[in-house]
Amino acid sequence: MHDLKKQGSNRQKAREEGTIYDIYQRCLVIRLMEDLDHHNAIRIREKADKLIERNHIKHIIFDFSGAGFMDSAGIGVIMGRYKKVIFIGGKTAVASVNSTVDRVFRLSGLYKIIDKYDTVEAALNRLQNV
Amino acid sequence: MNDTNEMLLEFESRSQNESFARTVVAAFAAGLDPTIEELADIKTAVSEAVTNSIIHGYGNCVGTIRMKCSIRGNELTVEIEDDGVGIENISKAMEPLYTTRPELERSGMGFSFMEAFMDELEVESVVGRGTIVRMKKKVGKAERIKGYAQEAKQKIV
Repeated sequence: MHDLKKQGSNRQKAREEGTIYDIYQRCLVIRLMEDLDHHNAIRIREKADKLIERNHIKHIIFDFSGAGFMDSAGIGVIMGRYKKVIFIGGKTAVASVNSTVDRVFRLSGLYKIIDKYDTVEAALNRLQNV
Repeated sequence: MNDTNEMLLEFESRSQNESFARTVVAAFAAGLDPTIEELADIKTAVSEAVTNSIIHGYGNCVGTIRMKCSIRGNELTVEIEDDGVGIENISKAMEPLYTTRPELERSGMGFSFMEAFMDELEVESVVGRGTIVRMKKKVGKAERIKGYAQEAKQKIV
């Protein structure tokens, strides 16, 4: 199991209106704590892009353990971030997806380009060793 | 028998009202005893229609969105109506992945989701006057029982 505490020095935390942004080395973990709709998408997009640029982020993990709902605006947010990191060989992943959100992902075909993990820890373990 | 119900909600086209509209439609549909999955489907479809009215119908100005819901038997009908710019070419707008606002990272999947998550979808629009999106879905226990009955029948045959 990946020990998150060991990486203290490389870790940064930011919080803005319900969404928590954690940085582990070059991985950005976006912990969604509310519905991912158009209203929240605008804020998350802006904040995530700032963090991606400033911290030379390569991989992005969206943690859905606190978000029970997502619509097509969420697909837009994830696709947009995917496009940001794909050119430097980065990966985009989602973790802790419930069945409601999972259906939206499956219907959109997003799983063709992003990976799903059971937990953020599993995603971090995998992506940091890429 | 008490199997009809109606409601009308009017709200401003502000993005924080997307979650408000979802919550209201879910509360209204709760009377049909829907499954969690059915409820999620309805919420997603309403979210898409309301977001379309806000972004495309009214663009940068604030207008009024009306959400009309009715229950007839086990069928829920939801109408999302705006007095916005209207849609010039409805079939083009409904094409999967088509969007007029790629700069907003719109995925172009809104109408596809409404179609996928509801049983019926109708769009009426007049350019300069506004748009009505009408969606129907059979929901709840009665429909499930019908499904079980059919399954049982098939097994016997």
